[in-house]
Formats: sequence, structure tokens, C-alpha cells
Amino acid sequence: MALLARLEPGGIDRVGGNLARLTTASGRRLVAGIPILWLLVLFLIPFIIVFRISFSEVRLAIPPYTPLLTWRHGSPVLQLHWSAYSFLFTDPLYVSSYLYSLKVAAVSTLCCLLIGYPMAYAIARSDAAMRPVLLMLIVLPFWTSFLLRVYAWIGLLKNNGVINNVLMYLGIIHHPLALLQTDFAVYIGIVYSYLPFMILPLYANLEKHDGTLLEAAADLGARPLRAFLRVTLPQSFAGIVAGSLLVFIPAVGEYVIPTLLGRTDQIMIGRVLSDEFFENRDWPVASAVAILILLLLVVPIMLFQRLERRELEAAK
Amino acid sequence: MSAIPTKNAIPTAADPDSAYVRIVSLTKRFGDFVAVDDVSLDIRRGEIFCLLGGSGSGKTTLLRMLAGFELPSAGTIRIDGADMSTIPPYERPVNMMFQSYALFPHMSVEKNVAFGLEQEGVGREQIRRQVGEILDIVKMGGFGARKPHQLSGGQRQRVALARALVKRPKLLLLDEPLAALDKKLREHTQFELINIQQRLGVTFIVVTHDQEEAMTLGTRLGVMNHGKIAQVGSPSDIYESPATRFVADFIGSVNMFEGRVSDEGADCLRIQCGELGCTVRAERTVSCTRGATVWTAIRPEKINISRQPLAAGAQQAGSAENLVRGTVREIAYMGDMSIYLVQIDSGKMLRVTLPNIMRGAERPLAREESVWLSWHGSSPVVLTE
Repeated sequence: MALLARLEPGGIDRVGGNLARLTTASGRRLVAGIPILWLLVLFLIPFIIVFRISFSEVRLAIPPYTPLLTWRHGSPVLQLHWSAYSFLFTDPLYVSSYLYSLKVAAVSTLCCLLIGYPMAYAIARSDAAMRPVLLMLIVLPFWTSFLLRVYAWIGLLKNNGVINNVLMYLGIIHHPLALLQTDFAVYIGIVYSYLPFMILPLYANLEKHDGTLLEAAADLGARPLRAFLRVTLPQSFAGIVAGSLLVFIPAVGEYVIPTLLGRTDQIMIGRVLSDEFFENRDWPVASAVAILILLLLVVPIMLFQRLERRELEAAK
Repeated sequence: MSAIPTKNAIPTAADPDSAYVRIVSLTKRFGDFVAVDDVSLDIRRGEIFCLLGGSGSGKTTLLRMLAGFELPSAGTIRIDGADMSTIPPYERPVNMMFQSYALFPHMSVEKNVAFGLEQEGVGREQIRRQVGEILDIVKMGGFGARKPHQLSGGQRQRVALARALVKRPKLLLLDEPLAALDKKLREHTQFELINIQQRLGVTFIVVTHDQEEAMTLGTRLGVMNHGKIAQVGSPSDIYESPATRFVADFIGSVNMFEGRVSDEGADCLRIQCGELGCTVRAERTVSCTRGATVWTAIRPEKINISRQPLAAGAQQAGSAENLVRGTVREIAYMGDMSIYLVQIDSGKMLRVTLPNIMRGAERPLAREESVWLSWHGSSPVVLTE
């Protein structure tokens, strides 16, 4: 049969075509498969492990938690403990840390939006030749280590730091301001670190806007501010959502910035998580904290994806 | 198709010569480039004035200055007596229909049309009524709730027109209003535009590069070239009596020959055309003296083509006036007419068009056939610049 196929006119082509189709299909599977494997091994499996630990109880052993399956009289018995979760709601430390984290993330996101929107707008409206330079400047801080940049803020904000020294030298203040280890320092740190994540999606959105729409609005009698509110702002909504999620989600779980710059009497949930794991060695509670953060963040991510899908459909 | 409306002739205002829009010495420079160069123009109330020109002729810049998007480098614009020089676009009694339509993509058709009225603080009930009225006029009554991306190109064009007209502006500017439509729809829409314009009585200024569109739409045309107005006149003025070689060549097609005035009578000129190999006798429409260099322009449809030398008009037998011999080199059959490219004995190519009046002519002209070309004495236009 195969020989016949090869002898027929076009037979070889057909075999070649089938082979090509086969290789493109398997190539496609390979290309898609690598990231799927990556997510499976490095995200899904650790998640299952953490999820499983959150239903155990702590014990002094290696590993430091009880197994879920025990053998009794020769048959397996499943033991699910809710104690880790119920503990989170009995100790006010956890609830207040969650709420504080949400508040810090929300305020920081709002600040990023208020600062980032005008910047993104200005870049999108600037001369086409200048845009890459300005975008480069936005991304430039990433060339230095994140940790170093946060440490640098300690040098600026501490009692005998740059800001206090300059203000005292100028005679504006006589005693150093308590800037470090305040909410203010945490906001500065987060807004400073995450601002590019707000600006870049906003820029990508605003850059695509059609300038003639603003001319049309002006032509129909809208002053510049009204034209912005009625035309530019609603059309940049998707950019606002994308930028806000990119700031809000990592800000909720932020560990480094509040630890280095923040208050000591009120910690954020990222710090709680790390303390439970490494200080208390209470893995089940730490896992429960992690699962709850995830649930807290999955909701906005899913909202974002739904919005994105709707936008894609509208674009079609 | 609906009955073809006649374009309103001269507006029936008390003073027909009064300029509703008066443009005086208007100039716009972008750096060293002069986009609009000392243009003066009067536009009457209620007319459709077409600015016609190629790309880079300055027609769009002129329109944008009328809308207020560009500030003039020099000169003034007055609309209904009021100086517009320093008035921003959002305060001008002028609306514009954009070439891209510029509909707000996040708003429904109704919201788009209502936008202009909302800026004026018109009451909600009145907005609803006016929007409904204008959407009915442009035959988009049932589409109020749609978003622009759910409409076809022709429907979007109607919404853009409704949005620009709903405030009843003193002046409506249309930037290539039909360029994005396909040919059939364009022809149909042209007549509708004229209908709507007459119904509402709004003064239109239309910018277009399409001469056919300008001829159909415009009560008057302004032909622009290199930032200047080359000629202003009615469509037939511009076509039949072009003022310059540029206009003659830009509007329609034309056969043009350089020549020298050999004889001047009281009402006719004789021009010796070396390129043509014959004397052209033309009506005297311009002042020129014997020996002056002039150009004669003859439209392709005004030339007779025949196998035997035809006596054209009052031409005397035997004289070689307005008569040349040539050979058919190319024939293009267009359906309603045919285009013949005839090489005359001097070597120059002439373009001749003939309507195909008969179905299946008995013995049609063939390529390489020897023919005579002739024209009436009123056909050539003599141009001095």
C-alpha cells in the first residue's frame, strides 16, 4: 500500500504533507507542553503539598505535621483537621494582618494609579522619537537589585538619613521626623517599586488611542477636561484594571518592603506567613495562611481575566 | 434609487452675494512648509462648497483651520460675521464629519449622537427627541442601541453625519465624507447628502480628492494646488472653462498643446500648434496678442473621430484648421463609451472618447486604422498660464 501510494502521482507529496502535519502537531504540543509542565511541577504540585499540609496538625517530628492517612486495623483512615483554619479566625493577629495587607495594597495601588496615569499619558502623547527613551527611564530601576533599592530607602528615611539631615540643615525642622517604620514608609516603598507595573500597561493602552476622537469631542463642544473624562478615561479602563491588578496582587503578599521599612506593631500577611514557617515552625497554620492569601488573590485575577476576554470579544 | 435631487442653485437669501464664511489671506506654515498660502475665499449661506485637490494641496489644513484644530499663521476666518481666529474648536458654531468618522467606540449610536447636545446642557427629554429626529433623517432610526463596531461602513458614515448635524451647526465640514464607501454606495450616498443638506439648510464645506464626487456634490468648487486656490467656480465652469493648465489637467482628462497665436480676430483666435501639425481655431476667451505662447486644451469627448475627414462646424473645406490625421493605437472598451488613443502624424498621442450609442456597431474602428480627428471651434480652451 505504502509503495503504491508513493508511485501514484502526488503520492509522495501526500506522504510528505502528512509528515509535515504530524511534526507541526507534535511541535505545537511540545511548545505548549513545556510551560504546562513547568506550571505543573513548580506551581500545581507545591500547591497540592501546601493544601494538604493545611489540613494537618502540628507535631514535633520530621516532617513537623501529622499525616492525613493513617492505618488502623489494616484499613486506611482519612484524618482532616480544620484546626489550622479555625485558628486563623480565633487569633486577631491574622485577621488584622489580612485587613492591613489589603489596606496597604489598596492605598498603594491608588497612589500608583494617580501618579502613573499622568506619566503614562504624557509618554503616550510625547514625540514618537522620545517614547522609547522615556519608557527606558521607567524600566531603568529594574537594572538595580530590588533589595538594594529598598535598602536605599532606609538610608533616605532613617532619623539621621538624607531627608531628615537636609531638612534640619535648612532649618525647616529641628528634630528628625519619624519616617522609617511607618505606614508612610511602606507606601513609599511599594509605590516606588511597583510604579512601572502600573505605567507600562497604561501606556500600552493609551498609546493606541485615536487622537481624532479627542478632536471629535472638542468639535462637539467638549472642553479638554470633559473630553478626557468622557472619551480617554472610559477607553483606558482596561489599562487601569490591568495596571491595578499588577500592583495590587503582589502588594498584598509583599514581604521585603514592610519588613525593612514598615511598622513593627502591625505586620503584613507575607511576614505572618514567613514567621509561621520559620519562627513558629507551625507548618499547618502557615499553609492555611498561604491558601487564604491565594483565595483572596484568585478572585481579582479571575475578574481580570473575564474582563480581558470580554474586551477581546469586543475587539473582534 | 430615489429621484435625483437637483442641487440648489444660488441660495435664495435676500443678498445672494453675501459671504457667510469669509476667509481672508489665510496662511498656515508648518516650519518652512507653507500648507495654505494666502487663500481668500467667500462661501455663501446654504451652499455645498467643495474643496478639491490632490494630497498635499492644503485642502485638509484649510478645513482644520475652519474647525479650529489648527491656528492660522496669518489671515482671518469670519463665520456669519464673527471672527473665529481665537475661538477654540469647542466654542465654534461649526461641526465636522471626520474622514475616519471618529465615532466613540465605547458609546452606543444614541450616545454618540447625543454627545454634542449634552455638552450644551440640553435637557434629557429634548436630547432624546432631537437624537431620534436626526437618526430618522439619516435612516438609522432602529440602530440607536448599537455600538459602532456592530455597524457596517455605510451605517457608521450615517451616524457620523447625524452626530455632526444634530446641533444644527452654522457650518458643517466634511472631510472626504464618502472615501471609505464602495463605489455603488458612494453614488447613492452623494444624492442623499444633497437631500439632507437641502432639508436642513446647513452650509456644507466638503474636502475631497475625488473630482467626480466634487462635481456631483458641489454647488461651487474650489480647486486647490500647492496651498493656493487655483480656481473657484461652478462644476461646469471648472470643467468647460478651466483657468489654468493645472485645473484643465486635474479635472477630467484633456489633450493639451503648446502653440503660438498666429492671428487674432474679434471673436476668434488662430493658434499655430507645432505639436499638432495644424492650426487651431478657437473662441476668443482670453486676451492675448499675436505671437504669444499659449496652450490649447481639448477634452477627449469633444473630438470627432471618423474614417473620412469631416467638416467640423463652420470649417471651410480644404483648410487644415481643427483637423488632423492619425492612426488608432489603442482602444479601451469601457461599456458606456470607448477610449481611443490616436497617434497623429506629428507623433503625439491624443485621447478621444466616443459614447457607444449603438449596440454592436456595424464596422467598429480597429487598431492601426487610419482616422481623421476634428473638433468644433468652441471646443478648444485657450490657456495663458
